[in-house]
Amino acid sequence: MSSRRSRSRQSGSSRISDDQILDLVTKLQQLLPEIRNRRSDKVSAAKVLQETCNYIKSLHREVDDLSERLSELLETTDTAQAAIIRNLLMQ
Amino acid sequence: MESSPSAAAIVSTNANINMDRTRRKKKKKSQSQQQQSKQNKNSQSHAKWKTDAQQQIYSSKLIQALSQVNINPSSSSAPRQGRAVREVADRALAFAAKGKTRWSRAILTSRIKLKFRKQQHRRQRFASSSFSSSSGSTAVTTGSSSRPSRKHKVSILRLKGKGLPAVQRKVRVLGRLVPGCRKQPLPVILEEATDYIAALEMQVKAMSAIAELLSRSNSGAGSTSEPMSS
Repeated sequence: MSSRRSRSRQSGSSRISDDQILDLVTKLQQLLPEIRNRRSDKVSAAKVLQETCNYIKSLHREVDDLSERLSELLETTDTAQAAIIRNLLMQ
Repeated sequence: MESSPSAAAIVSTNANINMDRTRRKKKKKSQSQQQQSKQNKNSQSHAKWKTDAQQQIYSSKLIQALSQVNINPSSSSAPRQGRAVREVADRALAFAAKGKTRWSRAILTSRIKLKFRKQQHRRQRFASSSFSSSSGSTAVTTGSSSRPSRKHKVSILRLKGKGLPAVQRKVRVLGRLVPGCRKQPLPVILEEATDYIAALEMQVKAMSAIAELLSRSNSGAGSTSEPMSS
């Protein structure tokens, strides 16, 4: 407990505890598909960071590909059909 | 007229896609409920991205925005229009987040600035190095805390103290990837990243569903009519 007090004095307004960081890292770990399937509890934090970066990059790439595909599709689709789709999705 | 058979096709495909989505959602939801039952406060932020309602809100907003975007088949090249669609999608995603997270606010407030920020990433090294010097001294004092898993403690200490330049580099890269999180300290980046990943997954699902609908309606109707509005 005393270590927390000294830490708050040093880092000022940002009170960061080990538990908090551990919590965040484990939460992040659960979201990553690769680490979730491996079933091992002992994954280093650096590995989690690396996997997070890779996963976000791959998600970005997917979104880019999808938006390119959408732009091509939107060129050729009829505007009436877009209105139909919008109505269907809002149900 | 010609739109009714295509409308029927769209309804059936929409139902199919909805069934797939709910099946996937049930699997994911049970998993997330088991693992996140302890942290009720934060589990809400992840689960909200996985609900069907959220995806529908996002999809309708996206289609609304897309119909307003001017896509000219003759003028611009494919990458540029793809980029425009990406920006619209990101803005719709940030809008769906309702401004509760840093990355969503960053997307909404900076449309064009985002391109120029990529050139300014060198300035952030000063901010991250100053933070690491203050936390490196405090990492030594935490030896008395009783934790069953030593391996976790060592890795977390390394992460917190940022002794390794490799870890420091990764944290910086991660901060760059999540919008609006460059100057932020580590826990903020981690929290933003978790929400951002959940939101991105939903974005991918919604956009692929819309793309499926559009491609099926295009091929099903066999639209050979020229667009009236140029």
